[in-house]
Amino acid sequence: MSVTGFSRRTLLKSAALGAAGAAFDFGALNRALAAADLTVGIVYVGARDDFGWNQAHAVAIKSLKEVPGVKVVEEENVPETDAVSKSMESMINLDGAGLILATSFGYYTPFVVDLAKKYPDVQFRHAAPLWNKDKDPKNAGSYFGYLNQAHYVNGVAAGLSTKSNKIGFVAAKPIASVLSNINSVLLGARSVNPNATVQVIFTGDWSLPVREAEAANALVDAGCDVITCHVDGPKVVIETAEKRGAMTCGHNASQAPLAPKGFITGAEYKWITIYKGYATDLAAGKTLPNFTAGGYEVDFVQNTPFGAGATPEAQKAALAAIEGLKAKKPIYVGPLKDNKGKVVIDKTYDNLDPFLDKMDYLLEGVVGSTT
Amino acid sequence: MSNPPVATGAPRAMVDPVASRAAGSDFADRLRVNSEYVVIPLFALLVAAALFAVFLLAIGKSPADFVAYVWRGGFGTAFSFQNTLQRSAPLILTALAVAIPARIGLIMIGGEGALVLGGFAAGALAIPLVGHAPPIVALFLMAVFAMIVGAFWVGISGFLRYARGVNETISSLLLTYIGIAIMNFFVEGALRDLSNPNKPSTMPIGDAYMIGKIPGTQVHWGFAYGIMLCVALYFLMARTTFGFAARVTGGNFRAALAQGLPVGRLIVACTAIAGACAGLAGFFEVAAIQGRANASLAAGYGFTGILVSFLARHNPLVIPAVAILLGGLVASGGLIQRRMDLPDATVLVLQGLIFVVLLTSETLYGRFAIFRPGSGQDRK
Repeated sequence: MSVTGFSRRTLLKSAALGAAGAAFDFGALNRALAAADLTVGIVYVGARDDFGWNQAHAVAIKSLKEVPGVKVVEEENVPETDAVSKSMESMINLDGAGLILATSFGYYTPFVVDLAKKYPDVQFRHAAPLWNKDKDPKNAGSYFGYLNQAHYVNGVAAGLSTKSNKIGFVAAKPIASVLSNINSVLLGARSVNPNATVQVIFTGDWSLPVREAEAANALVDAGCDVITCHVDGPKVVIETAEKRGAMTCGHNASQAPLAPKGFITGAEYKWITIYKGYATDLAAGKTLPNFTAGGYEVDFVQNTPFGAGATPEAQKAALAAIEGLKAKKPIYVGPLKDNKGKVVIDKTYDNLDPFLDKMDYLLEGVVGSTT
Repeated sequence: MSNPPVATGAPRAMVDPVASRAAGSDFADRLRVNSEYVVIPLFALLVAAALFAVFLLAIGKSPADFVAYVWRGGFGTAFSFQNTLQRSAPLILTALAVAIPARIGLIMIGGEGALVLGGFAAGALAIPLVGHAPPIVALFLMAVFAMIVGAFWVGISGFLRYARGVNETISSLLLTYIGIAIMNFFVEGALRDLSNPNKPSTMPIGDAYMIGKIPGTQVHWGFAYGIMLCVALYFLMARTTFGFAARVTGGNFRAALAQGLPVGRLIVACTAIAGACAGLAGFFEVAAIQGRANASLAAGYGFTGILVSFLARHNPLVIPAVAILLGGLVASGGLIQRRMDLPDATVLVLQGLIFVVLLTSETLYGRFAIFRPGSGQDRK
C-alpha cells in the first residue's frame, strides 16, 4: 500500500464528509462508510505472543481479520501513558480506524475517555468493566469476560487430578479480579474434592518472571502438585512447574504447548465472540452495545483442551461444570467465610453479580494473605 | 593562573604582525573546529542508518518504506509532528538530567527514579491541595515539590560520589529501583485511591487541575518548559562562573581541588539540578497526562533520556533537536508496526544501533586534520 494513496483516500473521505455533513445526517453517513469498510485498530500493552493476556486478544484478532470488509491494524507494547493516546489517535488519523479496541486496564482513564470525547464518530471499546453510563461518552464502552468461571473449571479438573490435595496459585496483585480467580479455583476444587486447598503466593506485580519462578518452586516444595496462576505471562510459572514434575492449569491463553506432560486445562478468554459481534453490528449499521460482559453463558470464556495431566474423571467433571456454568449455575453459594473466619458472602450470588466485583478477601480453604 | 580576559588578550597582542590574518581566519577556524561536532555525529547517524538498512533488508523489508513511514508517522502531518513534540517533552527533561552531571564528569543514569518520585510527590501533594488551593497555586507547589524530591534523589548519588567515592552510575541506577519501589509502596498502600480497585493509583487531581496543552496545539506545556530549561541551563553551564567551575571540575577533579574550588558543593548542585529536571518531567506526566500518580510513571523516559543526552554530546542546546528526532522515531514506531508488520522492537534496534555507533564515533575526534584550526595554512 502506498503512502500517497492512503493520504489521498483520507483526504477524499474528509472532503466528502465535510460536504455531506452540511446536508445529511452525519452519523448515518459515517455508518454507511463504516459498513462499506471497517478498520479496527487494536492496542496491546505487551507482546502479542506472550502466552498470556495479549496473546488471548491477538488470537481473536487473527480470526477477526478473516471477516470480510474488516481491516485490522495492530500495535503491541504500547505503555499506559500518552503513548497509547497517540497510538489510538494515529490509527484514527492515519489509518482511518472506525473502531478502537484498547486492551489494557490502564488505557481507560484518562486516555480512552478523552479520545472518545475528541472523536465522537469513532467507537472505542475497552477490555475491563469500567464504562460508566452516567459519566462516560456514549461512543466508548467496555467489554469483559468473567474468567473466574473458567478458573472454576480449572479448579474442578485440578481437584480431581491432585494427589496431595494442595493446589498452588501464583498471583500478581491482591486485587478483585485476581482474588476472584483464586477463590473460584478453590470453590471448583472443593465442589469435587472437599479436602482440596489452594495455597497462594503474591509476587506483587504483573510481570516479575524471576519471582514467578521462585513462587512456583516454593509452592511445589510446599507439596502442591497442581500449579496455576494469574500473572501477565504465565509462561514462566507453567514451564517451571512442568520442569518440577507438577501438573498445571493455564491462564489467559493456551499454555498447553509449554507443558506436554502435566497440563490439565486452562482458563482462556474467548474475545472473538465479542469482536465478531462488534464487526457484525457495525456492518449492519447498528449501534454497538456500551457494556458487554459475561462468562460461559454468553461464550466469552473457554477452557483449553485437556492436556496429558487431566484424568478421564477430571475431564468428565470439568465438562459437566462447563455445562452448569452455561446454564448460569452459581459459583458462590453462600454463606461463605473468608480464611480468617468472617462471613464475607452472606448468600448465594449470581455469577455476574456486582457484589462479587468488590471482592477483597480469600475464602476459607485458601492458604495465604492479601496483605 | 591569570584570569581569562588577559589570557586571551595577551597572545593576540604578541602576534600583532599577523593580526589581520589571524582575525580573518578566526571565524573560519572556529567553524572548522566546531564543525567536527556536527560532521562526526551526522556521519555516525549515517553509518547507523546504513547498518539498520542492512538489518531491514535481511528480514525482507524495504528501508525506503521505513523512511517513508518514519516521515509520515513522526513528521509529515500536523498530527504526527505534534505527536512527536509531545513524545519528546519528557525526553528533553530527562536528557538534561544526564547532560548536567556529565559536564562535571559524572555519568548519572538515575533520571528514571527521580522522574517517578517527582511525579509521585506531585500526585501525593495534590491530594490535600485539590479543592482547597486554586489550580495555579496547587500546580506551582506540585511542580516545586516534584523538583525538590527529584533533586534530592539524584543529589544522593552526587553526595555519595563526593563524600564516599561511591560510583555514581551504579548508585543512581540502583536508586531508580528503590524510587520505583517507594512509589509502588505508597500507591498500593497508604495513598491508594480505593475507588479504583484494579489499578493502584493516587486520587485523581481532576480536570480543573490539569495543566493542559500549549494553546493551538496538542502538545502539553512540558515541552515549552523543557526548551526554556535547556536554554537556561546552557547559559548556566557555559556563561557563568558556576558553570565554569563545574566544567573545570569535570575536566580535572584534582586540579579543581587544588584550585580551591568547592568541588563537593558543585557536584551536589549539578546532580540536584539534574534531579530537579527529571522530577519536573514527572510532574508533567502527572499534571498534564495521567492526572494521578501510578506505576505508569515508570515508562522508561529516564532511560531514553540517557540516549538523547549522549547523542547531543551533553549540550543542552542540542538536546531538543535530538529529543525531537528520537520522539519522531518513537511516534512513528506505531505506524511502522501497523503498516510494515514489524515488531515493536524494530525502533529499539535502530535506537540501539545509533547509540553504539555514536559511542564508537567518539574515537574519531581529533583524528582528522581538516578539523584542526588553521590546518589550511602552514603552521609551525
